[in-house]
Formats: sequence, structure tokens, C-alpha cells
Amino acid sequence: MTSHRGAPRRSSGVTDVPLPPFSALLEAHGGALLRYLRAAVGPDQADDCFQDTVLAALRAYDRLEHRANLRGWLFVIARRKVLDAHRARGRQPASTADPPDTPVSPPEPQDDTVWKALARLAPGQRDALALRVGADLDYAEVARVLECSEAAARQRVKAGLDRLRQDRLLEAQR
Amino acid sequence: MTIDFNQAESDLTRDLRAAIGPTAADVAAAQARAGDAAAWTAAEVAWVHVPSPIGEIVLAATDAGLVTLSYGERDGVLEHLATTVSPRVVEAPRTLAPMRRELEEHLAGRRQRFDMPLDWRLVRPGFTMRVLRATADVPFGAIATYREIATAAGSPRGARAAGQALGSNPLPIVVPCHRVLATGGGLGGYTSGLDRKRQLLAIEGVVVD
Repeated sequence: MTSHRGAPRRSSGVTDVPLPPFSALLEAHGGALLRYLRAAVGPDQADDCFQDTVLAALRAYDRLEHRANLRGWLFVIARRKVLDAHRARGRQPASTADPPDTPVSPPEPQDDTVWKALARLAPGQRDALALRVGADLDYAEVARVLECSEAAARQRVKAGLDRLRQDRLLEAQR
Repeated sequence: MTIDFNQAESDLTRDLRAAIGPTAADVAAAQARAGDAAAWTAAEVAWVHVPSPIGEIVLAATDAGLVTLSYGERDGVLEHLATTVSPRVVEAPRTLAPMRRELEEHLAGRRQRFDMPLDWRLVRPGFTMRVLRATADVPFGAIATYREIATAAGSPRGARAAGQALGSNPLPIVVPCHRVLATGGGLGGYTSGLDRKRQLLAIEGVVVD
């Protein structure tokens, strides 16, 4: 009758806490998650990554052992989907333009420069920037998701911002 | 000329945030799309929120059928489902669209019987189950008394217990506990308010004081 078929639960303190309904987790963090994904892979691919993240998270949800930090866990899964998306794009011969997949809302024309500028960043910088500025995680959380030191996370965000600023100056000079 | 680095930095991050979006509607659409994709593989419970003339209703289903219909207070319902059925709960409007349509048709007086499958797992087996199964057989526009339902459930003297069993009905409207009235002809009780019971009966042309 309950759902834990084939999913043995450990009975150590944390795992005894009942899990919130998954949709409550999404309601709390879905906005930040989608902001992260849009910043990390662009608006056209973000929805697919969002869906893949949700599916992967759901499959692991009631076996979850990191209940103390559900949000962090969600972003770790999302980041894996971002890496998958980057890898898939790397395999495509023409990687310059994203295919015009039908986005949920029509793309706002003035945004174009931002997406192009983000796409020019090194993946590590872009990912760190997407977590910090897009999802608004603090540096400790960014470091945890990226599995790097906090100093390295700061450095990547800063390098990304510097690059964007240069781009913007160039843009302004045109 | 001096450049205020912090000012420049915050301008840049602010512009970035504004450009990245998404709108609240984008977030809601992404969640709904993912929820529909997850039902019924990765998710075990799907729900949809239905505004209606008798108030907010949450419909929740498993792959077996409707598992609960609840008035208002969404968070409490979903938490209950997370502990009793599965925490793998998603909002999935397309998946539940056929059930929603049946409910809306019924509330508009255009549907006399429901065709949606029911998942009875939240009903306690035994007397409660027999009471609710008997109630499910009371047709549109008809009424039964607590005593009649108790008798049908095998306990002719269990009118009061039948009332309690009906009060725990996880599938109101669809399992029409509103059609069960006091033996003297009075309205009897209704867990989510006698006004609702009156409204539901009025849809069926039954008027009770």
C-alpha cells in the first residue's frame, strides 16, 4: 500500500523524517531551479533540462538519504543534466546556434545579447555564475554543487562576470 | 575617471537576473509539463487544483484512479498523501484533465454519473469500505438514510457508525456521501460543511431544509 516497494529505508535519525510531497519541494525551489537552468544552458534547452531533473529527482526521491538538504540535492541533479546538455551540444557538428525549439514564452528580443554573452563563457564559469546569480545560491552552496572549494567558486563567478563586463564594453563601443 | 566596481558589479548582476527570467507563468508551465511527464513512471500521485462554485477543490489520483478529492487546504492534503500513499507527488494538470472535466460537468449539472476509475486505498477496509461502497450505489437525485446505508453495509443498527464512516470519505462528491441524510429526513452531517451538502443536493434537484 505504501510506496517503498523494493526501496529499503535506513532507520538512522534523518531518514525517519517524513519526506514532504515532491511537489512542495518544486513549489519552493522550482523557480530558482529554472533560473539556474536558463542561465546555464539557455532558455531553449532549459525546459527539457528541468523535466529531466524532475524525473531523475523523483526516481531517487523516496530512497533519498540527504534529506537535510533537499534543495542542494536538487541542484546537484540539475547540474548533472546541465553537464549532459553541454556534452550533447559538444557532439553536435554545428554548435553555434541552438535549434529554435518552441519555448514556453516567446523570447524577448532585447535578451538576445545576454544569452549570446553567456554562451561565450567557459562552461565552468557559466555554471558557477548560473548557480550564484541565476539561482541565488550562496558561495558555500555553489561550491558544494560544483564540488570545488568556496574560493574556486568565487573565482569562477568573478571570472565569468569580468568576461561579461568586457563583452558589454565592447558592445557599447560598437 | 573612476569606476565604482561594486556599483558596476551589482548593475551587471541585476541586468543578468532580469534578462534570465523566467516569469512565474514559465515556472508554472515547466512544473506542470514535468509533472505530466512523470505520471505514472517516476511519480505515484498526481494532483490538480480545480476552482469551483463550491470552493477550491484538489483532485489527486494514482495510476489506479482518483484517490482523494479534497476541499481547500492543499498543503495538508498533499502532506497526507505523501505519508499515506507516496511522497512522489506531482502537479499534473493534463493527466488529470479527464477527471477534472467530469467533476466540472457534474457541478454544472451536466453529468449524473462518474466514469473515472477510483482508487479505494485510503478507505479503511471492513465496515467503512462497505458503507462507502453502498453509498457509491445511491444514484444521482436520490437520497438514502444513514440507517439504510448501515443496513446495506451489514449493520442495521450501525447508523451512527455509518455516519462516522461517511465523515471519513476520501472521495466526496464522486462517492456521494452528500446523498445520505438523517433518518428523520433532516440534512444530517457533512465533514466539509452543511452548506456544501445543501449545494451538492441542489445540483441534483434535492431540496432539504
